[in-house]
Parts: sequence; C-alpha cells; structure tokens
Amino acid sequence: MDPDRIDAPEQAEREAGDRPAPSRSPAAPRAAAAPGRQPPTTKRQVELRGLSAYYGDHLAVKNIGLYFSAADVTAIIGPSGCGKSTMVRCVNRMHEETPGARAEGEVLLDGVDLYGPDVDVVAVRRAVGMVFQKPNPFPTMSIFDNVASGLRFTGAERGETDDRVRKALVEAGLWEEVKDRLGKPGLGLSGGQQQRLCIARALAVDPEVLLMDEPCSALDPVATLRIEELIGELKERVTIVIVTHNMQQAARVADTTAFMLSGELVEVAPTDKVFTNPDDERTEQYVTGKFG
Amino acid sequence: MEAGTQQTTGGGRSLDRSPLSRLPDRLVRVGLTAISAAILVLLGYFFIKLTIEAKPVFEKFGVLNFVFDNNWDVSKGIYGALPLVVGTLITSALALVMGVPIAVSVALFLTELCPRRLRGSLTILVDLLAAVPSVVYGLWAFFFLIPKLKPAEQWFADTFHFIPFVATENVAGPNYFIAGLILAIMILPIVSAISREVLSTVPPDQKEAALALGSTRWEMIRTAMLPYARRGIVGGSMLGLGRAIGETIAVTIVIGDNPILGHSVFDQGYTLAAVIANEFNEAASDPLHRAALIGAGLVLFVLTLLVNSIARLMVLRSERQGARPMTAAAAEGL
Amino acid sequence: MEVGALQPRGPLPPVSGRRRRADRFARSLLWLATGVAIVPLVLVIYYILSKGLGALSVEFFTTDPTGDFFGAQGGVKSAILGTIEIVGAAALVAVPLGVGVALYLTEYGGDGRLARAVRFFVDVMTGVPSIVFGLFIYLTLVLAGVGGSSFAGWKGSAALALLMLPVVTRSAEVVLQLVPGSLREAALALGAPRWKVIVRVILPSAASGIVTGSLLAIARAAGETAPLLFTATIVKATTFNLNEPMNSLPAQIFQDLKQPNDELVQRAWGGAITLVAMILIVTLIAKLIQRRSRVQGAP
Repeated sequence: MDPDRIDAPEQAEREAGDRPAPSRSPAAPRAAAAPGRQPPTTKRQVELRGLSAYYGDHLAVKNIGLYFSAADVTAIIGPSGCGKSTMVRCVNRMHEETPGARAEGEVLLDGVDLYGPDVDVVAVRRAVGMVFQKPNPFPTMSIFDNVASGLRFTGAERGETDDRVRKALVEAGLWEEVKDRLGKPGLGLSGGQQQRLCIARALAVDPEVLLMDEPCSALDPVATLRIEELIGELKERVTIVIVTHNMQQAARVADTTAFMLSGELVEVAPTDKVFTNPDDERTEQYVTGKFG
Repeated sequence: MEAGTQQTTGGGRSLDRSPLSRLPDRLVRVGLTAISAAILVLLGYFFIKLTIEAKPVFEKFGVLNFVFDNNWDVSKGIYGALPLVVGTLITSALALVMGVPIAVSVALFLTELCPRRLRGSLTILVDLLAAVPSVVYGLWAFFFLIPKLKPAEQWFADTFHFIPFVATENVAGPNYFIAGLILAIMILPIVSAISREVLSTVPPDQKEAALALGSTRWEMIRTAMLPYARRGIVGGSMLGLGRAIGETIAVTIVIGDNPILGHSVFDQGYTLAAVIANEFNEAASDPLHRAALIGAGLVLFVLTLLVNSIARLMVLRSERQGARPMTAAAAEGL
Repeated sequence: MEVGALQPRGPLPPVSGRRRRADRFARSLLWLATGVAIVPLVLVIYYILSKGLGALSVEFFTTDPTGDFFGAQGGVKSAILGTIEIVGAAALVAVPLGVGVALYLTEYGGDGRLARAVRFFVDVMTGVPSIVFGLFIYLTLVLAGVGGSSFAGWKGSAALALLMLPVVTRSAEVVLQLVPGSLREAALALGAPRWKVIVRVILPSAASGIVTGSLLAIARAAGETAPLLFTATIVKATTFNLNEPMNSLPAQIFQDLKQPNDELVQRAWGGAITLVAMILIVTLIAKLIQRRSRVQGAP
C-alpha cells in the first residue's frame, strides 16, 4: 500500500472487495469518509475530511466527509443554495478567492492535504482542474492559444505545446471540428463547442481531477448529450466530480451520487441506489421531486 | 374609459389634448434640440474663425512651411513652428512614457491587490492629484523639482550618454524632461481612473478561468485582465495624451521657452501652447505675429481633435465589450 | 531543483521558483507604483504649506494687491473674489446649458444622427485645451470689443464656460442614462407630458449625480490660468462689475511668482494654498455627494 495514504480502519476492510457500506451521517469531524466504489489503486483519489466552508461568518458547507474515487464519476445533487458548488470549489481552493471566504478541514488528494501549510495553491489548481457553468474561453485568444494558456504558465517548448494542445482537443472531442481553424478566436464557436474548448483547456495541463460545476446548464440538449458522452470517455483518465441540478443527468453519467442539503452531506451511494432506494427520507423526497 | 371625449379631465387624460397644453413640451423639445445643434455650429465657427485669423501667416509662408520649418524668430518675423510642434510631441511622449505605466500599475493595484480597508482612501488620494491647479504644479516644479533633480539629470546625461537624445554638456534647469515629468503627474489621475474602470469590469469568470488553470496572481493579470482591458487602457492613455498636448501654464514655466530644437531631453525647448501664452502680449501690436500665434493655436486644436477622436473611438470599441470607462470617467468630470 | 521552487508533493506538480519570484516581483512593483503616484501630491501640499503659510493673515484675505513693489503689497482679496465671480458666472451658464444638452441626448435625441454627432463632438470638445478656448474668446469677444470693453470678467467666464460645458454634459448624460427606464415609462403612462416627467421625476432622481459632475467641472475651471490671461487679464482692484477686467487667483499667483521680491513670492504661495484649498473643498464635497448617493443606491 502507498505509505503516504492515511488509512482509515474501514478502508482496510473494504479493500477486500466487499460491497461498499451504506452512507453514514457525517456528524463526527474525523468520520471516515462515506464511500463510493473503492478503486483498485489509490491514484487520483480525493478525500474530504471535516470540510467546512464559510462566507464571512456564514457557514455554507458543514463538516463534509466524502470520497471521490478514480475511474468514477461522482455527481453532487441538491436544491439551489445547498452548498454543492461551494464544496466543490473548495477542492481546487477557488473558494478562498471570494473576499471574506475561507475553508476549514482537509482535502486529501492521494493522501496529500491540499490545505497543508507548505502547499502552493498554484500547484493545487494545476492538479485539480475546473470547468465552469458558463463557458469562459479567453476572448482575446485563438482556439489554440486558449488550450495552450495553462501550458504557457510553465513555459513548455513549442513542439511540446503543439502536441499537448492536439491531445487535449482530441480528448475533449473537439479536434475534428477545429483542427483547421486553430488560429480563429475561441469565441467564434457555438456554446457547446466553447464548453468543450474549456474542457480541453483544463485537460491540457494534465490534471488528476476534473471538477465540473453545472457544465451543461447553459447548453442546449444536443450539446449537453455530447458532453455527457465525453464524461464517460474521460473518466478513466481523470477523476470527475460533476455538480448538477439535473437529476436525470446525474442518473445518466454518474457512478456515485452525493445528495447535499443546507450545506450538509445527506447521503452518498451508487447512483441507482440513490434514485431507486435511498436510505435517507430527505433524499427520497428530493429525487421524487417533492421539493427543490 | 375616456375614449373620444373632448373634455380634459383632471390631468389631461383624454385622447385629445388641447394644443395649448402640448406647447411646453414642444418648446422644450425645440429648445433643447437647438442648444445641442448650436454646439456643432459653435465648434464649426471656432475652426473657421481660427483659420481666418491665421491666414496671414499661412499666406506668407504656406501651411506646410509654417508647420515644418525649423525657425521661429519673432524679431525677424519668421515663423516656422517645427520646434514648437516637436517640443509639444516630445514633452507629451515623455509624459506618456513616464505616466502611463505608473497609472496602469496604480489601477491594477487598486483593483487587485489593495486591501479593502485602504482602497477608498488610496483611490481618493490618487484622484486628488487632479485637484491641484496647473499653475501650482508648474511653480512647484520650477522652485522645487528643478533644483533638486538637476544633479541627478546631469549624472544621467553623463552616464547614459550613448542613448540618443540624452547627452548634453550642460543640463538646463527648465527642460523637456521636467516638462514631461510634470505632465506625467498631471495626466496620472485621468489615465488611472479610466484604467481602473476598465479593469474592474473584466468579467470575474475570466479571472477564475485563469486562476483555475493554476496561475499565479500576476500570470492571471497578464492572461485574463490586461488583454481584455488593453483597448480601454490605450484609449485612456490617449486621453491623457490629449491633455498633455494642450497643457499650457505648467509647461511654459518649466520648459525654458526657447524656440529651438534641442538635441537632448535635458535641453530647453518650447511647445505650441506655451508660445501662445508667452507671446500673445507682444503680438497684440504685430498682426503677423498674432496670426502666427493663432496658427499655432490652430495646429494645437487640430492635434488635440485628432488624438481625442482616436481615443474616444478606441474606448468606445472596448465599451462594446461591456466596460464603460468613458462613462465612468465622464461621471468623474474628467 | 531551482532555488525557491516548490517540490512536487505526491500528485501536486512543482511550482517553479521563477514563477513565484516573478509574481512577488510584480506585486512589489504595483505597491511601489502606488507609492510613487502619491508622493508628488504629498510633496506639493507640503511645499506650498511650508512656503505660503506665513503669508496667510487677515490682511491677506481682506485687502487688494497694491501693485507696489516696495512697501505694503496688500493681500489677494480681489483675486479670490474675482475667481469666485468668474467661475460662478461660468457655472451659471455652463451647468444649465450642459444639462440641457444632456437632456436632449437622453430624452429626445436617442440614436438619431444629430444626437450621435452632438455626442461625438461634445466628447471631443472635452479634449480641447483651455488655451484654445481662451484664444477663441480673445478673437471673437476681446478684440472686437464686444460689450464695450476689451478685457472683461465675463469674457473670462465665457472661456471657462466653453471649457466646462462638455464636462457637465458628459457627466450629466451618464447620470441621466442611469435613471431606470421603468421610472420614465411609469410617469409617461400616467399621461404626464414629457417636460413634466423631466422636471418632476427624472431631474430629481439624477440630481446628486448632476451636482457632483458640475462641482467637479467647477473645480477644474477654478484652476485654469491660461484662458484668463487672454480674457480677463489681471488687475489690482476688486470689482463686481463683470464687464471690467478682473483679477483671479491663478493669474495673481502667476504674476507674483515672477517678481524678485520675497514677500511677493510668499504671497503667491499663500495664494496657491488658498486656491488649492478652494478646489480641494469643492472636489471633496463632490466626492462625498457621489459616495453618499452610491450607498443609497441612487445613480
């Protein structure tokens, strides 16, 4: 086993290949993270431990314990304002960019606490990528430059940049559509294409994890479907966490679903269980449309 | 329903209003339109009047010669304005080179780095630079800056003598450099205010996109903010340029008022605005001299019109992206 | 690994020392630039205070300059009063006209060709140097002896009004545009004629913004020297007759400082303090009104 990994006692048991235990309430601050399906390796695995997030004095995310497994797509669902975006933004430390906002607790990527004292936030964001709700390619840059923008921070060489841009565009399923117009402005693409451009841009820097904050909410159904297919293709390469208010989408793309309510993690389980036979009554009410 | 009644009931709500009650509206409309159109007429008249009064000197020397001849000799009645034009351009260029980087840096600082508690007071302080009248700036520069900076200027001229336009035997007290420096201080508030406005309207999702890719703060500024704001900042700088070109009193005090083309930025010089202010008293009795000064005024007018038109066009284009720097600057009375 | 670089930790990539140094360097430069920008303000204020405080006295404010080189030089009363008169008269003309043009642009002109032309040229007019306006007034009013005088206070006001007009127009237009369309529509839907809507609804709602813009224009005009040299020139006696040559603070300062007499020079610095103080007060009042109205949510 990887010595850097911090073991929770329950982990060891489950390594034996049992079915994952059902979700547990996240009351205890150092509770063992609620499980998703356990991965064969520990790479690209994110664990949230006692994560709380504040806007000033207002507590928006309350003491979350959660795993995001590699080769898994985890969906975070919940009504508006339940804190799902905030929680996800804590994983790549974007939450602290908001004035007055702060986070407490631990976010472990392969055992390394991203909030550790000697961790540079720049490195964190390189390893944990993000795609936003509204596509946001850089308007003054061409398609190529957009994808290469992250690479340019670390000064890769010209040839290497070309390769990586191509690879990222292929992975994002955009290459065929733009390969003849890499020099054209990024803004000239359709909404769905722009979002795939943003995905390519995020993939180009080789992240371990990809956070997607309602990536399809500004897109039409065709574009949405395209991106959902993409997620299926990408999950072997990056650990994907997708925030969505669309339960059907969660059902379509996610292996594991976590339900949040008022800043708390109510339940996390394999997706079919959450939608057909959830443990918590609140989950059942939400997924059957009784509120939210 | 009051459809079709001829009577006006409380407040004129019938569909037929009496022509008398429509009168104030029409008067107001016509009046305001007339005033606005009058502005255009006024500007046109301006231009024509200046041209007419300047004609004597254009007739004598020809327009091109007047602007491009390097010989302004009042005693001999020869008026070639090149040293003035060049002096105007040099001092303004110096003002831009020294003032714009500082102004944009201050704008960046106030938008991105400044702790929130300090932001209000520092912003006011920078804007207060505009509250000092030009005559005070000029005199302060003359009595304080010039003596203080002369040794440093001499040292610079000696050490960096290989840079073109720097070397000079004797650094003059009042010179192009000091004029450029004081102009830089004077245009700082306007360039900074416009830059601030443009930078503050960079959409947050652009900044987040850069940060989420793993950029340092400076890299984010370089990637997401400056390219977006570039056009607006250039427009703001050109407005500053326009101000620098036209500034009279401060420049005339510190430039030496010598109508020659200096070889170095540390030499004395002259500008179009300064010559008008200085010589118009003498010129009262000499029609040709007066025409020459008016010709200088015309050149100045055309120059500022050009620069300002370009500036407004550039900033207007950037306004379409969403920023509204000109409107914000206008609201500040800049 | 280079100096200052962050070591890779598990899945986290290294962050090069060069990038961190560049970031730190850039940030320090920005701090530095701000300091550099504020230094001149501090220096100027300190300088005029140190040189001119000595001149301030009751006499300074209450007597006119005598114009004598030796003996009692007097104060700058005529200059202060002159500035107030000239700028005041200019404002009386420029503010209503400026607001009028702004009203035309927002309420009546819309996007028509005349409106677009006016807007563009008003914009461009804000860039015309004050000395060009002074020159123009000199040619049209002073030389022609309009009003039966050559140099006169009101002609100085005319030059300053030309300077202030585009500034007032632009700032008023901005503020008027911010008045919500729904407010206008509601008032018009009640059947009120347009001019009444303007007077009763739109102007009051935009009032603080218009006042701010006008005050800032006044502050700017008060500091102008060049146009006044051509039009109102500089005299000694206080006069309330705008049709006579009139003194003004900038002109008085300018003239005094050229004299090789220490007391006159000191008087000039005293005048500078007075002028800067007047402008500062007007500017700060304007900014306060602006800030207050922003907090209250008005335009």
